[in-house]
Amino acid sequence: MLAEKYANEIQAILAKYPPEQRQAAVMPLLYLAQREQMHVDRASMIEIGEILGISATEVASIVGFYSLYYDQPAGKYHLQVCTDLPCALRGAEKFLEELCQRLGIKPGGTTSDGLITVEPVMCLAACDRAPMFQVQSSEGLAYHENQTVEAALELIASLRLEAARGARRRSHE
Amino acid sequence: MNKTGESNSYILLRHREIPNLDQLEVYRQNGGYQAFEKAVTSMQPQEVTDLVKASGLRGRGGAGFPTGMKWSFIDNKNWPHYVVANADESEPGTFKDREIMEGNPYQFLEGVALCAYAIQAHAAYIYLRGEFWQVAHKLDRHIAALEAAGLLGDRLFGTDYSLRLYTHLGAGAYICGEETALLESLEGKLGQPRLRPPFPPSYGLFGKPTVVNNVETLANLPPIVANGAEWYRMKGTEKSPGVKIFSLSGCVNRPGNYELPLGATFRELIFDLGAGIPGGRSIKAIMAAGASSSLIVANDKALDTPMDYESVPSLGAQLGSASVIVVDESVSIPWLINKTIHFFKHESCGKCTPCREGTFWMMHLTERIAKGAATEEGVSLLYDVASQMKGKCLCALGEFSIEAVMSGIERFKEDFIME
Repeated sequence: MLAEKYANEIQAILAKYPPEQRQAAVMPLLYLAQREQMHVDRASMIEIGEILGISATEVASIVGFYSLYYDQPAGKYHLQVCTDLPCALRGAEKFLEELCQRLGIKPGGTTSDGLITVEPVMCLAACDRAPMFQVQSSEGLAYHENQTVEAALELIASLRLEAARGARRRSHE
Repeated sequence: MNKTGESNSYILLRHREIPNLDQLEVYRQNGGYQAFEKAVTSMQPQEVTDLVKASGLRGRGGAGFPTGMKWSFIDNKNWPHYVVANADESEPGTFKDREIMEGNPYQFLEGVALCAYAIQAHAAYIYLRGEFWQVAHKLDRHIAALEAAGLLGDRLFGTDYSLRLYTHLGAGAYICGEETALLESLEGKLGQPRLRPPFPPSYGLFGKPTVVNNVETLANLPPIVANGAEWYRMKGTEKSPGVKIFSLSGCVNRPGNYELPLGATFRELIFDLGAGIPGGRSIKAIMAAGASSSLIVANDKALDTPMDYESVPSLGAQLGSASVIVVDESVSIPWLINKTIHFFKHESCGKCTPCREGTFWMMHLTERIAKGAATEEGVSLLYDVASQMKGKCLCALGEFSIEAVMSGIERFKEDFIME
């Protein structure tokens, strides 16, 4: 339950908006719900609806509309490569293709260990530093600019190490 | 002027000259928050609005609407008022607001505060695109520092004026850069544009009078209040006063943000500052307003045209957010319009039929054309669909989606000749 786990954070989020406008907190609450598993499950949608006084359907419509929310599990880390016009003019499409080839997946696919999803996305406001991508994970979002395929593969290796350490920590708890 | 010709005295990108300007102490040592203190302690709100009107500052988000005039539309019979900073920067080719918020964040935040004082708002929201997660977290820390320093909060400078700032993250939707869609999103709804009128100054956030201004617009306010309207008008042109950040990208040797007076030419930006086209290739086209641009044929006349709100229309284009994408001779225009249409199709919010259906069909047609599998009939059908959308969409996103398509077919016919 989010309400028990994140009681203080939920209060801090609700305090940003007028008391009669609780619905405004739906987007920050969805980020909170997505923090652990990188997707929002049905139980969280129902609970967020209850916190805000709106229906679970309304919450689900927000998840569906905005591209940074996921209602299905995918990789733990989403590498989102901008392939929009300015980045494409600087080789972003070739970068995406080569990166996917080296990982043995298709754009939009997830590596066999279930950790890394690589997908093309729309403009990320970093056009002068292409090729670039962002990594979306439960930790938030981080930009990686002026990239090469080798640099991206190194980053992926470090993400895999991080995930393995996290898994070991959890098994000791 | 330094050796590249760019002014070495920045008004907006001051962090390039002053190290650690993203620390409140450093910002204050360099005159920071004097403008806000002066406004709150010695100026009437109306005087701030009048000063901004006199400066001639125009909205830097793309529309170029006079900022002071927008503020003067605020409904003073309906309270409370809100300020919303549009930090949704999502136009392909635009990356200026992010640099301001990362490098010179306090000047932006002081600008938000000045706007709030002018319209007597006690709460302001900064709506950032969800991808600016790191930027938002840094802004939260800056806001906390301002509260600790007594520059935000209750009874500021011993007056009755109080102000709180809040960040709010979007979650990946270009449409939320449109101000009424942004307000819907901030209210926790689908980011879809409202029917207008009423405009936000009478019916805005939570139904209350609201000013929505772009990050760069707001960052201009502290120097204007500190130095006066006359000083600001010394830069730029008569109808487009001041400086603008030009985001330069695409086929150019030195992409990046360049702060220049409005009225600098495309040639200065692309060839002097941007160091020209890679590989000795020739320039073919310019998009002045990101993916929302019509394609400008990059001949000498175009290159010598001043980049300001009144001159760019003479080229059948708009300055918009001044996101200059350079296209060289190696780029095929059908490929390019397929790229821009793919973007608009993905970002169409689905509320109005012309945009939802129009971008869908344009995408299918441009895909076939880009693959070289279309006939002349296919090209004229594409042009037809685009012209039928013109003037019929609920918001500018739909209208923008046809710009590159129509101008591309009209001005680069040779790229569309089918075997």
